[in-house]
Amino acid sequence: MEHFIQQIVNGISLGSIYALMALGYTMVYGIIKLINFAHGEIYMVGAYIGYALTTFFNFGFFPALILSMILTSLLGVVIEKVAYKPMRNSTRIAALITAIAVSMFLQYGMMYFVTPQTRSYPNILPDIQVSLFGTNAVVDIRNIYILTVTIVLMLLLQYVIHKTKTGKAMRAVALDGDASQLMGIDMNKTISYTFAIGSALAGAAGVLVGIYYNTINPLMGAVPGLKAFIAAVIGGIGVIPGAVFGGFFLGVTETVVSALGGSLYKDAVAFAILILVLLIKPNGIFGSNQREKV
Amino acid sequence: MLEIKNLNVFYGGIHALKDISLKVNSGEIVTLIGSNGSGKTTTLRTISGLEKAKSGEILYENQNIVGIQASDIVKMGISHVPEGRRIFGTMSVLENLEIGAYARTDKENIKKDIKKVFELFPILYERRSQNAINLSGGEQQMLAIGRALLSRPKLLLLDEPSMGLAPMIVKEIFEIIKNINNSGTTIMLVEQNAKMALLNADRAYIIKNGRIELEGKANDLLNNELVKKAYLGG
Repeated sequence: MEHFIQQIVNGISLGSIYALMALGYTMVYGIIKLINFAHGEIYMVGAYIGYALTTFFNFGFFPALILSMILTSLLGVVIEKVAYKPMRNSTRIAALITAIAVSMFLQYGMMYFVTPQTRSYPNILPDIQVSLFGTNAVVDIRNIYILTVTIVLMLLLQYVIHKTKTGKAMRAVALDGDASQLMGIDMNKTISYTFAIGSALAGAAGVLVGIYYNTINPLMGAVPGLKAFIAAVIGGIGVIPGAVFGGFFLGVTETVVSALGGSLYKDAVAFAILILVLLIKPNGIFGSNQREKV
Repeated sequence: MLEIKNLNVFYGGIHALKDISLKVNSGEIVTLIGSNGSGKTTTLRTISGLEKAKSGEILYENQNIVGIQASDIVKMGISHVPEGRRIFGTMSVLENLEIGAYARTDKENIKKDIKKVFELFPILYERRSQNAINLSGGEQQMLAIGRALLSRPKLLLLDEPSMGLAPMIVKEIFEIIKNINNSGTTIMLVEQNAKMALLNADRAYIIKNGRIELEGKANDLLNNELVKKAYLGG
């Protein structure tokens, strides 16, 4: 039982990371129907920025997190302007290939600058552990930080999307680009905002993962990027609550599978779930069957 | 107010508009009539900046607006109610209206204008917090028109407002269009329902295969033998 509770705690932390990244995938897909395969690399760059800030500039946790989010959001906007915008009117497969190219460019570009060597995050959070319900299952301060930051960011996102003018414009463009332009919404600006917000969330996930697992390397974004993509598809790509659900679901499932002795199979389980969801409910658990109304 | 001169537009490799010229005077209701695929919708989409013109001019208040992006044309006072209504289905009625006022920044007046739209369409007020997709066809058309009015247009472009609606509702929609026109908004109306359009418009153009075939006062065209035969069912 203790073991199980412990794995749930770990799973929620991992799930937070997946959920933060899945949000970026799903928002970008919602607005320009592109699977941004470079998203995992933005997360990696976020982790490196956090590393540099805490190691070389002695930043604390929150300043490092926030600055890293700002810089990754800029990176996201630049990637969109340079790589994706020129492809907007071409076929979707061309845009997808471009995204894969950007992903590799960032992986190996980063490797050139920071070397492929693994680096360890400094310990910037105090060493506090709390045992749960008087058992031996412990919640580390890191678990609490990850979950709190994730929840705060999600609430913030929810506020931006539903209450602000920019957020409403983002939803409108996702629903109908032409009609949005007829309302006076500037598509380019709105797409930039979407990339900025999605990338900032990935940057935050990068810093959190650096603090949680301690080690980072230039290829660290590839697998979590795919997992977050799976999470977004499980929840229903383009649907924001779906991405959050998918992220936590996948995180908890993976750690539970590992705990049951199947750690070698945890990736296989993730993909098996994806295949199942695609077979049973191709639009994802939260996705609606969209019928066009004439 | 609006003058189109020798406009040519290609749409997916097809020469959709061939040397079109037309004019809309301030205060008028002008209708553009034609069958499916004749170029009506393309004309409106080109005016509002969604399609690019190959050549020709679109003068709005003596300024050529060809090449200006759609979101800026709205700010100049041209509002376009697109074919098929294109409301934002999973947003509430109120949110749809708020988006209609997106280009404006005068918060207080926006509130007043939303109130006015609710007075014009009381049913929308009743359904203000429902998702737009749950409205009936007629209500959706009202929402689309209300949403377009919120940008405070001087020129309103309407694309097939009667499409898919019951005759009773069509009548209601046309009364509303008349009202909007009476309160000072110039209207350019694209319709397949030629009779309704001619009954309500001041002037009309007939478009066929991307060319303007005939133009004149709506009343005259209503009695024109050719028009009767081709568009009014005998």
